[in-house]
Amino acid sequence: MVALKEHVLLRHRDVPDIRSLDVYLAHGGYQALAKALRTLQPGQVTEMVKASGLRGRGGAGFPTGVKWSYIPKDAPTTYVVVNADESEPGTFKDREIIEGNPHQLLEGTALCAYAIGARVAYIYGRGEFRTLFAGVQQAIDEAYQAGWLGKNIQGSDFSLDIYIHLGAGAYICGEETALLESLEGKLGMPRARPPYPAQVGLYGKPTVVNNVETLANVPPIVRNGPEWYRQFGTERSPGVKIFCLSGCITRPGNYELPLGVPLRVLIEECGGGAPEGRAIKAILPSGASSHLLPGYDPELHLDYESLQAVGAGLGSASFIVLDETVDIVWAISKVTRFFEHESCGKCTPCREGTYWMVDVYRRLLDGRAWPGDVDLLLSIADQMDGKCFCALGEFAICPVRTSVKHFRAEYEARLPDRGM
Amino acid sequence: MTAQDWRQELQEVLKKYPVKQSAVLEALHIRQRDKNYLSDADIRAVAEALEMPVTEVEALVGFYSLFRRQPSGKYVIQVCTDLPCALRGAEAFYRRLCARLGLPPEGGTTPDGLFTVEQVVCLAACDRAPVAQINLQYYENLTDEAMDAIIARLREQAQG
Repeated sequence: MVALKEHVLLRHRDVPDIRSLDVYLAHGGYQALAKALRTLQPGQVTEMVKASGLRGRGGAGFPTGVKWSYIPKDAPTTYVVVNADESEPGTFKDREIIEGNPHQLLEGTALCAYAIGARVAYIYGRGEFRTLFAGVQQAIDEAYQAGWLGKNIQGSDFSLDIYIHLGAGAYICGEETALLESLEGKLGMPRARPPYPAQVGLYGKPTVVNNVETLANVPPIVRNGPEWYRQFGTERSPGVKIFCLSGCITRPGNYELPLGVPLRVLIEECGGGAPEGRAIKAILPSGASSHLLPGYDPELHLDYESLQAVGAGLGSASFIVLDETVDIVWAISKVTRFFEHESCGKCTPCREGTYWMVDVYRRLLDGRAWPGDVDLLLSIADQMDGKCFCALGEFAICPVRTSVKHFRAEYEARLPDRGM
Repeated sequence: MTAQDWRQELQEVLKKYPVKQSAVLEALHIRQRDKNYLSDADIRAVAEALEMPVTEVEALVGFYSLFRRQPSGKYVIQVCTDLPCALRGAEAFYRRLCARLGLPPEGGTTPDGLFTVEQVVCLAACDRAPVAQINLQYYENLTDEAMDAIIARLREQAQG
């Protein structure tokens, strides 16, 4: 397998028990925070993250250091919010970090808090992760006891409290402004942007919302420097990324790889190809929120730009593999049903559009299709496009449109006989 | 749970936040935890403790899928049947589970009130499907045999 010599993020795979503070400390843990507190101004930490080229790993791919730099320097109260509401079908990477390597997440959170002057951070975890977060709370407790959290961390002027906040079942809360609403005890519905959270975030204060994997990248960047980080990946997509591999694949799982490796490495060397040597029919590269990639191009490079160039996106890098036995109409009906279920109901195009698309899919699958149903699907997609309040509705149409585009014959085979 | 226990636990939660309302999801979780559903009295208690209108709390209960408004089984078995799991046989696994518990294919609650079985969306365990949560505990790489053993154990636990 073409892998890193050692993991940067999934370090628990190389160092057993790194979830305990002693082991984490013995393997360079909290050295980045110590270095920042001793030798770096908050703005210098942000500059290092900027220079590393790290981009948000939750899906949007926004440059992390740039996001931090939008926090007003003179704000008296700011917050860090960790997005651990991992709910995208096909995505299970943050969960592994939370379970296996929680101190790296806490250290990354502390570095972000130091950079933006926050004294309080919340980790917003999905409610279904309740039992897993007991382990994170244990890590937090250990960090407090050893002086890596709390008042005057390691004798410095920097103080930080980290609290866990659990949601209660709503995919939409992964959208950062819906997450903030939910954290305030409200319905998890997205806010109008602007203002962005960096200006008006949690409790109206400037806030950075970062994904778990994003923050887990920060300690090694600060410890080893941006140049070290840029040795991985490509010029425009530097660094490492956890790829979640699921569906029709021999060895599903998380694989940490440098960005830019060819798809062949992920699918064949890591995943062992489709079961029983079957051919790959299509891939959803970013979970349910995917532009479907037809066929299998082993030389496709796995970075933000290359995925964009083929009309898709890297997103959260959640590769759901569909082999030749999979019925595309059925597969995309499942994904569409997911969006319908998770639409928050705030805006009409998403609430109604996803509902109508599910209705059409039900007819297609039940043998009750109307003659114009394929065009009707596309028409609904057109009516949602660019009109939804947040990305959920916009994502819902991606797999529908691209699957019709590439597999129209499979859809049309389900239409009533035109001769009748 | 006594009224005093609940207030004490809530007080701990409230320490995390500058505003009371932020504690509402956790407060509802605490009230639901022991019996797997929320009664009218639970909703009123949460509204009163956090100084929120009852209708607003009720709306939250409707919005977030982990809250239940109807009495449910002692053990709520939630099987993910989203696409990645379905590609690993989760739908058929779910139907077989329902059949073995004497439930219709869409799920429901067993007459003895022990098990509620339902399909849920992604649980972030796609690589270990079929996967279920039982009262939020993960059970992964499930087979019919493994599930039967779990159910037998829970039955015993409920009797003992």
